[in-house]
Amino acid sequence: MSADTAPVLVLDDVSRVHGEGETEVVALSHASLTVARGELVAVMGPSGSGKSSLLNLAGGLDRATSGRVVVEGVDVASLDARGLAALRRRSIGFVFQDLNLIPSLTAAENIGLPLELDGWSVRRARSQALDALDRLRLRELADRYPDQMSGGQQQRVAIARALVGERTLVLADEPTGALDSHTGEGVLKILRQRCDAGAAGLLVTHEARHAAWADRVVFLRDGVVVDETGTAPTADSLLTEAR
Amino acid sequence: MSVKQGLLALLAEEPMYGARLRSEFEARTGGTWPLNVGQVYTTLARLERDGLVEPVGGSDDEGRIAYRLTAAGLSEIESWWLTPVDRDSTPRDELVIKLALAVTAPGVDVQRVVQAQRTATLRHLRDLTRLKSRASDEPSANDVAWLLVLENLLFAAEAEVRWLDHVESTLSRMPAAAVRRASAVDAVAGPSDTPRTAAALPKGARA
Ligand SMILES: Nc1ncnc2c1ncn2[C@@H]1O[C@H](COP(=O)(O)OP(=O)(O)OP(=O)(O)O)[C@@H](O)[C@H]1O
Ligand SMILES: [Mg+2]
Repeated sequence: MSADTAPVLVLDDVSRVHGEGETEVVALSHASLTVARGELVAVMGPSGSGKSSLLNLAGGLDRATSGRVVVEGVDVASLDARGLAALRRRSIGFVFQDLNLIPSLTAAENIGLPLELDGWSVRRARSQALDALDRLRLRELADRYPDQMSGGQQQRVAIARALVGERTLVLADEPTGALDSHTGEGVLKILRQRCDAGAAGLLVTHEARHAAWADRVVFLRDGVVVDETGTAPTADSLLTEAR
Repeated sequence: MSVKQGLLALLAEEPMYGARLRSEFEARTGGTWPLNVGQVYTTLARLERDGLVEPVGGSDDEGRIAYRLTAAGLSEIESWWLTPVDRDSTPRDELVIKLALAVTAPGVDVQRVVQAQRTATLRHLRDLTRLKSRASDEPSANDVAWLLVLENLLFAAEAEVRWLDHVESTLSRMPAAAVRRASAVDAVAGPSDTPRTAAALPKGARA
Protein backbone atom coordinates (compact mmCIF):
# COMPACT_ATOMS: atom_id res chain seq x y z
CA MET A 1 0.00 0.00 0.00
CA SER A 2 1.38 3.43 -0.87
CA ALA A 3 1.64 6.15 1.74
CA ASP A 4 -1.29 7.97 0.19
CA THR A 5 -3.76 5.14 0.36
CA ALA A 6 -2.63 3.63 3.67
CA PRO A 7 -5.28 4.36 6.30
CA VAL A 8 -4.35 6.97 8.89
CA LEU A 9 -6.27 5.17 11.62
CA VAL A 10 -7.13 1.51 12.03
CA LEU A 11 -9.02 0.05 14.97
CA ASP A 12 -8.93 -3.71 14.73
CA ASP A 13 -11.28 -5.61 17.03
CA VAL A 14 -10.67 -3.19 19.86
CA SER A 15 -12.20 -3.65 23.32
CA ARG A 16 -11.82 -1.53 26.43
CA VAL A 17 -12.95 -2.93 29.75
CA HIS A 18 -12.81 -0.93 32.98
CA GLY A 19 -12.65 -2.70 36.33
CA GLU A 20 -13.40 -6.36 36.77
CA GLY A 21 -15.86 -8.78 38.28
CA GLU A 22 -18.98 -7.11 39.66
CA THR A 23 -17.82 -3.61 38.77
CA GLU A 24 -16.71 -4.47 35.24
CA VAL A 25 -17.77 -1.94 32.60
CA VAL A 26 -17.31 -2.72 28.93
CA ALA A 27 -16.82 0.71 27.38
CA LEU A 28 -16.03 -0.62 23.92
CA SER A 29 -16.52 -4.12 22.58
CA HIS A 30 -14.77 -5.55 19.51
CA ALA A 31 -14.90 -2.33 17.52
CA SER A 32 -13.29 -2.20 14.10
CA LEU A 33 -12.92 0.96 12.08
CA THR A 34 -10.67 2.37 9.39
CA VAL A 35 -10.29 6.04 8.52
CA ALA A 36 -8.40 6.95 5.36
CA ARG A 37 -6.69 10.16 4.38
CA GLY A 38 -9.27 12.67 3.20
CA GLU A 39 -12.04 11.02 5.13
CA LEU A 40 -14.20 12.46 7.88
CA VAL A 41 -16.10 9.87 9.90
CA ALA A 42 -18.81 10.77 12.41
CA VAL A 43 -19.44 8.69 15.52
CA MET A 44 -22.96 8.75 16.93
CA GLY A 45 -24.76 6.89 19.67
CA PRO A 46 -26.59 7.40 22.95
CA SER A 47 -24.84 8.77 26.02
CA GLY A 48 -22.55 6.15 27.54
CA SER A 49 -22.36 4.11 24.33
CA GLY A 50 -18.57 4.40 24.12
CA LYS A 51 -17.97 7.31 21.75
CA SER A 52 -15.41 9.14 23.89
CA SER A 53 -13.78 5.82 24.75
CA LEU A 54 -13.32 5.10 21.06
CA LEU A 55 -11.82 8.52 20.47
CA ASN A 56 -9.44 8.28 23.43
CA LEU A 57 -8.20 4.91 22.21
CA ALA A 58 -7.74 6.27 18.69
CA GLY A 59 -5.72 9.17 20.08
CA GLY A 60 -3.51 7.00 22.25
CA LEU A 61 -4.83 8.59 25.43
CA ASP A 62 -6.00 5.23 26.66
CA ARG A 63 -4.83 1.68 26.01
CA ALA A 64 -7.05 -1.04 24.60
CA THR A 65 -7.76 -4.11 26.73
CA SER A 66 -7.57 -6.17 23.54
CA GLY A 67 -7.29 -5.53 19.82
CA ARG A 68 -4.99 -3.22 17.89
CA VAL A 69 -4.94 0.55 17.38
CA VAL A 70 -2.76 1.62 14.45
CA VAL A 71 -2.02 5.29 13.70
CA GLU A 72 -0.02 6.17 10.58
CA GLY A 73 1.05 2.55 10.32
CA VAL A 74 2.32 2.39 13.91
CA ASP A 75 0.73 0.07 16.45
CA VAL A 76 0.34 2.37 19.45
CA ALA A 77 0.83 -0.60 21.82
CA SER A 78 4.42 -0.83 20.53
CA LEU A 79 5.22 2.72 21.65
CA ASP A 80 6.58 3.67 25.06
CA ALA A 81 5.25 6.75 26.85
CA ARG A 82 7.68 9.07 25.04
CA GLY A 83 6.97 7.62 21.64
CA LEU A 84 3.27 7.93 22.22
CA ALA A 85 3.61 11.53 23.39
CA ALA A 86 5.58 12.38 20.26
CA LEU A 87 2.97 10.75 18.02
CA ARG A 88 0.24 12.74 19.75
CA ARG A 89 2.13 16.02 19.42
CA ARG A 90 2.96 15.61 15.76
CA SER A 91 0.19 13.68 14.14
CA ILE A 92 -2.90 13.89 16.27
CA GLY A 93 -5.09 16.91 16.98
CA PHE A 94 -7.61 16.59 19.78
CA VAL A 95 -10.68 18.58 20.66
CA PHE A 96 -12.13 17.25 23.89
CA GLN A 97 -15.69 17.12 25.09
CA ASP A 98 -14.81 19.32 28.07
CA LEU A 99 -12.43 22.02 27.01
CA ASN A 100 -8.95 21.88 28.29
CA LEU A 101 -7.06 24.96 27.47
CA ILE A 102 -4.34 25.62 29.97
CA PRO A 103 -5.58 28.52 32.14
CA SER A 104 -2.19 30.15 32.62
CA LEU A 105 -1.46 30.40 28.88
CA THR A 106 -2.95 32.79 26.30
CA ALA A 107 -4.88 31.50 23.30
CA ALA A 108 -1.82 31.77 21.04
CA GLU A 109 0.38 30.05 23.63
CA ASN A 110 -2.15 27.26 24.05
CA ILE A 111 -2.21 26.71 20.31
CA GLY A 112 1.55 26.89 19.90
CA LEU A 113 2.28 24.62 22.84
CA PRO A 114 2.33 21.28 21.00
CA LEU A 115 4.73 22.78 18.46
CA GLU A 116 7.02 24.20 21.15
CA LEU A 117 7.03 20.87 22.94
CA ASP A 118 8.10 19.40 19.64
CA GLY A 119 11.16 21.65 19.51
CA TRP A 120 9.89 24.59 17.45
CA SER A 121 11.16 28.03 18.42
CA VAL A 122 8.73 30.17 20.39
CA ARG A 123 8.60 32.58 17.47
CA ARG A 124 7.78 29.99 14.82
CA ALA A 125 5.22 28.38 17.09
CA ARG A 126 3.57 31.75 17.64
CA SER A 127 3.44 32.54 13.96
CA GLN A 128 1.82 29.15 13.25
CA ALA A 129 -0.61 29.74 16.10
CA LEU A 130 -1.58 33.13 14.66
CA ASP A 131 -2.15 31.51 11.26
CA ALA A 132 -4.42 28.94 12.88
CA LEU A 133 -6.33 31.73 14.63
CA ASP A 134 -6.64 33.64 11.36
CA ARG A 135 -8.18 30.64 9.67
CA LEU A 136 -10.89 30.62 12.32
CA ARG A 137 -11.14 34.42 12.24
CA LEU A 138 -10.09 34.61 15.88
CA ARG A 139 -6.96 36.71 15.59
CA GLU A 140 -8.19 39.20 18.20
CA LEU A 141 -8.19 36.45 20.84
CA ALA A 142 -4.48 35.69 20.49
CA ASP A 143 -3.37 37.32 23.72
CA ARG A 144 -6.35 36.54 25.92
CA TYR A 145 -6.37 33.97 28.66
CA PRO A 146 -9.09 31.30 28.74
CA ASP A 147 -11.00 33.05 31.55
CA GLN A 148 -11.19 36.15 29.34
CA MET A 149 -13.02 34.30 26.59
CA SER A 150 -16.57 33.01 26.22
CA GLY A 151 -17.17 29.26 26.21
CA GLY A 152 -17.68 29.32 22.45
CA GLN A 153 -14.46 31.26 21.90
CA GLN A 154 -12.53 28.80 24.06
CA GLN A 155 -14.02 26.00 22.01
CA ARG A 156 -12.80 27.54 18.79
CA VAL A 157 -9.34 28.13 20.22
CA ALA A 158 -9.27 24.45 21.17
CA ILE A 159 -10.13 23.63 17.57
CA ALA A 160 -7.39 25.92 16.28
CA ARG A 161 -4.97 24.03 18.49
CA ALA A 162 -6.11 20.69 17.09
CA LEU A 163 -5.49 21.90 13.56
CA VAL A 164 -2.16 23.66 14.04
CA GLY A 165 0.92 22.25 12.31
CA GLU A 166 0.82 19.15 10.13
CA ARG A 167 -1.70 17.00 11.98
CA THR A 168 -2.89 14.07 9.92
CA LEU A 169 -5.47 12.74 12.38
CA VAL A 170 -8.00 15.11 13.92
CA LEU A 171 -10.17 13.74 16.72
CA ALA A 172 -13.05 15.91 17.85
CA ASP A 173 -15.42 15.06 20.68
CA GLU A 174 -18.57 17.21 20.41
CA PRO A 175 -16.56 20.19 19.15
CA THR A 176 -19.67 22.25 18.53
CA GLY A 177 -21.07 21.88 22.03
CA ALA A 178 -20.89 25.50 23.16
CA LEU A 179 -21.38 27.11 19.77
CA ASP A 180 -24.45 28.63 18.16
CA SER A 181 -25.57 26.99 14.95
CA HIS A 182 -23.77 29.35 12.56
CA THR A 183 -20.46 29.21 14.40
CA GLY A 184 -20.82 25.47 14.83
CA GLU A 185 -21.30 25.10 11.11
CA GLY A 186 -18.19 27.19 10.49
CA VAL A 187 -16.17 24.81 12.65
CA LEU A 188 -17.44 21.80 10.72
CA LYS A 189 -16.58 23.49 7.45
CA ILE A 190 -13.02 23.93 8.68
CA LEU A 191 -12.84 20.31 9.78
CA ARG A 192 -14.22 19.25 6.41
CA GLN A 193 -11.68 21.39 4.55
CA ARG A 194 -8.87 19.94 6.63
CA CYS A 195 -9.99 16.45 5.68
CA ASP A 196 -10.45 17.38 2.03
CA ALA A 197 -6.87 18.63 2.16
CA GLY A 198 -5.68 15.18 3.24
CA ALA A 199 -6.20 14.76 6.98
CA ALA A 200 -8.30 11.98 8.49
CA GLY A 201 -11.00 13.04 10.93
CA LEU A 202 -13.14 11.38 13.56
CA LEU A 203 -16.00 13.48 14.89
CA VAL A 204 -18.21 12.52 17.82
CA THR A 205 -21.56 14.26 17.70
CA HIS A 206 -25.14 13.94 18.85
CA GLU A 207 -26.39 16.14 16.05
CA ALA A 208 -27.44 14.60 12.76
CA ARG A 209 -26.94 17.98 11.11
CA HIS A 210 -23.28 17.90 12.08
CA ALA A 211 -22.77 14.25 11.26
CA ALA A 212 -24.01 15.17 7.79
CA TRP A 213 -20.64 16.81 7.09
CA ALA A 214 -18.95 13.42 7.39
CA ASP A 215 -18.47 10.85 4.67
CA ARG A 216 -19.68 8.06 6.91
CA VAL A 217 -21.42 7.68 10.22
CA VAL A 218 -20.56 4.94 12.71
CA PHE A 219 -23.20 4.09 15.32
CA LEU A 220 -22.37 2.78 18.75
CA ARG A 221 -24.72 1.20 21.21
CA ASP A 222 -23.50 -0.25 24.52
CA GLY A 223 -19.94 -0.25 23.24
CA VAL A 224 -20.78 -2.14 20.07
CA VAL A 225 -20.65 -0.76 16.52
CA VAL A 226 -24.17 -1.48 15.34
CA ASP A 227 -24.14 0.11 11.94
CA GLU A 228 -22.23 2.15 9.47
CA THR A 229 -23.68 4.27 6.75
CA GLY A 230 -21.61 3.37 3.74
CA THR A 231 -20.59 5.84 1.10
CA ALA A 232 -23.74 5.75 -0.94
CA PRO A 233 -23.89 7.39 -4.34
CA THR A 234 -24.72 11.03 -3.85
CA ALA A 235 -28.23 11.94 -4.84
CA ASP A 236 -27.34 15.14 -6.65
CA SER A 237 -30.65 14.95 -8.43
CA LEU A 238 -32.43 15.67 -5.17
CA LEU A 239 -32.75 19.26 -6.10
CA THR A 240 -32.01 20.81 -9.40
CA GLU A 241 -29.67 23.66 -8.89
CA ALA A 242 -31.57 26.74 -9.89
CA ARG A 243 -28.94 28.84 -11.52
CA MET B 1 -51.38 25.55 -1.76
CA SER B 2 -51.95 25.04 -5.42
CA VAL B 3 -50.38 26.23 -8.63
CA LYS B 4 -53.07 28.88 -8.59
CA GLN B 5 -51.53 30.89 -5.74
CA GLY B 6 -48.09 30.53 -7.23
CA LEU B 7 -49.16 32.06 -10.52
CA LEU B 8 -51.09 34.84 -8.82
CA ALA B 9 -48.02 35.71 -6.75
CA LEU B 10 -45.88 35.99 -9.86
CA LEU B 11 -48.44 37.97 -11.82
CA ALA B 12 -48.63 40.46 -8.94
CA GLU B 13 -45.16 41.59 -9.98
CA GLU B 14 -45.79 42.12 -13.68
CA PRO B 15 -47.80 40.63 -16.56
CA MET B 16 -46.32 37.40 -17.95
CA TYR B 17 -47.23 34.78 -20.51
CA GLY B 18 -47.44 31.05 -19.78
CA ALA B 19 -43.95 29.85 -20.62
CA ARG B 20 -42.34 32.62 -18.58
CA LEU B 21 -44.65 31.87 -15.62
CA ARG B 22 -43.56 28.28 -15.74
CA SER B 23 -39.83 29.02 -15.75
CA GLU B 24 -40.11 31.71 -13.08
CA PHE B 25 -42.12 29.41 -10.84
CA GLU B 26 -39.53 26.65 -11.09
CA ALA B 27 -36.51 28.90 -10.65
CA ARG B 28 -37.97 30.66 -7.67
CA THR B 29 -39.08 27.59 -5.75
CA GLY B 30 -35.67 25.95 -5.92
CA GLY B 31 -36.82 23.54 -8.62
CA THR B 32 -38.84 21.56 -6.08
CA TRP B 33 -42.07 21.84 -8.00
CA PRO B 34 -41.71 21.28 -11.73
CA LEU B 35 -44.73 22.34 -13.79
CA ASN B 36 -45.62 21.59 -17.36
CA VAL B 37 -46.90 24.27 -19.67
CA GLY B 38 -50.27 22.52 -20.00
CA GLN B 39 -50.82 22.87 -16.24
CA VAL B 40 -49.98 26.54 -16.43
CA TYR B 41 -52.45 27.20 -19.23
CA THR B 42 -55.34 25.27 -17.67
CA THR B 43 -54.73 27.13 -14.41
CA LEU B 44 -54.65 30.48 -16.22
CA ALA B 45 -57.93 29.60 -17.96
CA ARG B 46 -59.54 28.82 -14.60
CA LEU B 47 -58.21 32.02 -13.06
CA GLU B 48 -59.58 34.02 -15.99
CA ARG B 49 -62.97 32.32 -15.62
CA ASP B 50 -63.00 33.29 -11.93
CA GLY B 51 -62.13 36.89 -12.74
CA LEU B 52 -58.73 36.84 -11.02
CA VAL B 53 -56.59 37.42 -14.12
CA GLU B 54 -57.16 38.90 -17.58
CA PRO B 55 -55.26 38.88 -20.85
CA VAL B 56 -53.25 41.98 -21.72
CA GLY B 57 -54.26 42.86 -25.27
CA GLY B 58 -54.04 40.19 -27.96
CA SER B 59 -51.38 37.62 -28.77
CA ASP B 60 -47.89 38.73 -29.81
CA ASP B 61 -45.97 37.71 -32.99
CA GLU B 62 -45.32 34.26 -31.55
CA GLY B 63 -48.94 33.78 -30.54
CA ARG B 64 -48.27 34.26 -26.82
CA ILE B 65 -50.80 35.95 -24.57
CA ALA B 66 -49.61 37.79 -21.47
CA TYR B 67 -51.84 37.87 -18.37
CA ARG B 68 -52.14 40.32 -15.53
CA LEU B 69 -53.97 40.36 -12.21
CA THR B 70 -57.39 41.92 -11.81
CA ALA B 71 -58.26 43.84 -8.64
CA ALA B 72 -59.93 40.68 -7.32
CA GLY B 73 -56.79 38.68 -8.12
CA LEU B 74 -54.65 41.18 -6.25
CA SER B 75 -56.77 41.02 -3.11
CA GLU B 76 -56.82 37.22 -3.35
CA ILE B 77 -53.02 37.03 -3.33
CA GLU B 78 -52.64 39.65 -0.62
CA SER B 79 -54.82 37.66 1.74
CA TRP B 80 -52.97 34.45 0.82
CA TRP B 81 -49.59 35.80 1.99
CA LEU B 82 -50.98 36.43 5.46
CA THR B 83 -53.18 33.36 5.89
CA PRO B 84 -51.34 30.70 7.92
CA VAL B 85 -50.83 27.41 6.13
CA ASP B 86 -53.30 24.87 7.44
CA ARG B 87 -51.64 21.56 8.13
CA ASP B 88 -53.54 18.34 8.42
CA SER B 89 -52.83 17.33 12.02
CA THR B 90 -53.37 13.60 11.52
CA PRO B 91 -50.06 11.82 10.91
CA ARG B 92 -50.27 10.08 7.55
CA ASP B 93 -46.58 9.85 7.09
CA GLU B 94 -45.66 6.31 6.06
CA LEU B 95 -42.76 6.21 8.49
CA VAL B 96 -44.93 7.21 11.44
CA ILE B 97 -47.51 4.59 10.60
CA LYS B 98 -44.85 1.97 9.97
CA LEU B 99 -43.21 2.49 13.37
CA ALA B 100 -46.52 2.63 15.20
CA LEU B 101 -47.36 -0.73 13.66
CA ALA B 102 -43.88 -2.13 14.26
CA VAL B 103 -44.07 -1.38 17.98
CA THR B 104 -47.21 -3.45 18.39
CA ALA B 105 -46.56 -6.15 15.78
CA PRO B 106 -45.19 -9.39 17.23
CA GLY B 107 -41.82 -10.47 15.91
CA VAL B 108 -40.75 -7.12 14.44
CA ASP B 109 -37.35 -5.87 15.60
CA VAL B 110 -38.21 -2.20 16.02
CA GLN B 111 -34.62 -1.23 16.67
CA ARG B 112 -33.64 -2.52 13.27
CA VAL B 113 -36.51 -0.69 11.65
CA VAL B 114 -35.34 2.50 13.36
CA GLN B 115 -31.71 1.93 12.44
CA ALA B 116 -32.46 1.20 8.77
CA GLN B 117 -34.45 4.39 8.49
CA ARG B 118 -31.92 6.49 10.38
CA THR B 119 -29.11 5.30 8.15
CA ALA B 120 -31.09 6.28 5.06
CA THR B 121 -32.14 9.64 6.49
CA LEU B 122 -28.57 10.46 7.54
CA ARG B 123 -27.38 9.75 4.02
CA HIS B 124 -30.04 12.03 2.70
CA LEU B 125 -28.95 14.68 5.19
CA ARG B 126 -25.36 14.28 4.10
CA ASP B 127 -26.28 14.69 0.44
CA LEU B 128 -28.27 17.81 1.23
CA THR B 129 -25.34 19.18 3.23
CA ARG B 130 -23.00 18.60 0.29
CA LEU B 131 -25.34 20.47 -2.00
CA LYS B 132 -25.52 23.28 0.50
CA SER B 133 -21.79 23.56 0.95
CA ARG B 134 -21.54 24.26 -2.79
CA ALA B 135 -23.71 27.33 -2.46
CA SER B 136 -22.04 30.54 -3.46
CA ASP B 137 -20.94 33.07 -0.84
CA GLU B 138 -22.72 35.81 -2.72
CA PRO B 139 -25.99 34.23 -3.71
CA SER B 140 -28.45 35.79 -6.12
CA ALA B 141 -32.08 36.15 -5.05
CA ASN B 142 -32.96 32.86 -6.78
CA ASP B 143 -30.00 31.17 -5.09
CA VAL B 144 -31.34 32.32 -1.75
CA ALA B 145 -34.74 30.83 -2.59
CA TRP B 146 -33.04 27.57 -3.53
CA LEU B 147 -30.99 27.62 -0.35
CA LEU B 148 -34.04 28.18 1.83
CA VAL B 149 -35.85 25.26 0.22
CA LEU B 150 -32.74 23.16 0.78
CA GLU B 151 -32.58 24.24 4.43
CA ASN B 152 -36.19 23.24 4.87
CA LEU B 153 -35.37 19.73 3.67
CA LEU B 154 -32.37 19.69 6.00
CA PHE B 155 -34.47 20.67 8.99
CA ALA B 156 -37.08 18.04 8.10
CA ALA B 157 -34.46 15.30 7.80
CA GLU B 158 -32.84 16.44 11.04
CA ALA B 159 -36.19 16.37 12.84
CA GLU B 160 -36.81 12.87 11.54
CA VAL B 161 -33.47 11.63 12.90
CA ARG B 162 -34.16 13.23 16.26
CA TRP B 163 -37.54 11.61 16.41
CA LEU B 164 -36.00 8.24 15.53
CA ASP B 165 -33.43 8.71 18.33
CA HIS B 166 -36.30 9.47 20.65
CA VAL B 167 -38.25 6.38 19.58
CA GLU B 168 -35.17 4.28 20.17
CA SER B 169 -34.45 5.65 23.63
CA THR B 170 -38.11 5.40 24.65
CA LEU B 171 -38.21 1.75 23.66
CA SER B 172 -34.86 0.94 25.23
CA ARG B 173 -36.17 2.16 28.59
CA MET B 174 -39.14 -0.16 28.40
CA PRO B 175 -38.95 -3.86 29.26
CA ALA B 176 -39.15 -5.83 26.01
CA ALA B 177 -42.12 -7.79 27.28
CA ALA B 178 -44.12 -4.61 27.86
CA VAL B 179 -43.58 -3.49 24.30
CA ARG B 180 -44.79 -6.78 22.92
CA ARG B 181 -47.71 -7.05 25.32
CA ALA B 182 -49.02 -3.66 24.29
CA SER B 183 -50.99 -4.97 21.37
CA ALA B 184 -53.37 -2.85 19.35
CA VAL B 185 -56.09 -4.07 21.71
CA ASP B 186 -54.35 -2.54 24.74
CA ALA B 187 -53.93 0.69 22.91
CA VAL B 188 -57.63 0.86 22.17
CA ALA B 189 -58.52 -0.05 25.76
CA GLY B 190 -56.98 3.20 27.01
CA PRO B 191 -55.02 3.83 30.20
CA SER B 192 -54.11 0.78 32.22
CA ASP B 193 -51.27 -0.42 34.42
CA THR B 194 -49.21 -1.52 31.46
CA PRO B 195 -46.60 1.01 30.43
CA ARG B 196 -47.82 3.24 27.65
CA THR B 197 -46.15 2.53 24.37
CA ALA B 198 -45.53 4.81 21.46
CA ALA B 199 -48.57 3.27 19.78
CA ALA B 200 -50.83 4.50 22.56
CA LEU B 201 -49.53 8.05 22.40
CA PRO B 202 -51.26 9.42 19.29
CA LYS B 203 -54.54 8.38 20.88
CA GLY B 204 -53.90 10.50 23.96
CA ALA B 205 -52.66 13.34 21.82
CA ARG B 206 -55.86 13.33 19.82
CA ALA B 207 -58.09 13.54 22.89
N1 LIG C 1 -12.46 5.35 33.56
C1 LIG C 1 -13.61 4.68 33.55
N2 LIG C 1 -13.93 3.80 34.51
C2 LIG C 1 -15.09 3.12 34.47
N3 LIG C 1 -16.00 3.24 33.50
C3 LIG C 1 -15.76 4.10 32.51
C4 LIG C 1 -14.56 4.89 32.47
N4 LIG C 1 -14.60 5.64 31.36
C5 LIG C 1 -15.76 5.38 30.75
N5 LIG C 1 -16.47 4.44 31.43
C6 LIG C 1 -17.78 3.89 31.06
O1 LIG C 1 -17.73 3.45 29.73
C7 LIG C 1 -18.97 3.69 29.05
C8 LIG C 1 -18.72 4.51 27.82
O2 LIG C 1 -18.32 5.83 28.20
P1 LIG C 1 -18.00 6.96 27.14
O3 LIG C 1 -17.46 8.12 27.88
O4 LIG C 1 -17.16 6.39 26.07
O5 LIG C 1 -19.47 7.28 26.59
P2 LIG C 1 -19.94 8.36 25.49
O6 LIG C 1 -20.58 7.61 24.38
O7 LIG C 1 -18.81 9.26 25.16
O8 LIG C 1 -21.07 9.16 26.28
P3 LIG C 1 -21.48 10.74 26.23
O9 LIG C 1 -22.31 10.92 25.01
O10 LIG C 1 -22.30 10.90 27.47
O11 LIG C 1 -20.23 11.56 26.25
C9 LIG C 1 -19.86 4.37 30.08
O12 LIG C 1 -20.69 3.40 30.65
C10 LIG C 1 -18.86 4.92 31.10
O13 LIG C 1 -19.46 5.00 32.38
MG1 LIG D 1 -18.43 11.35 25.50
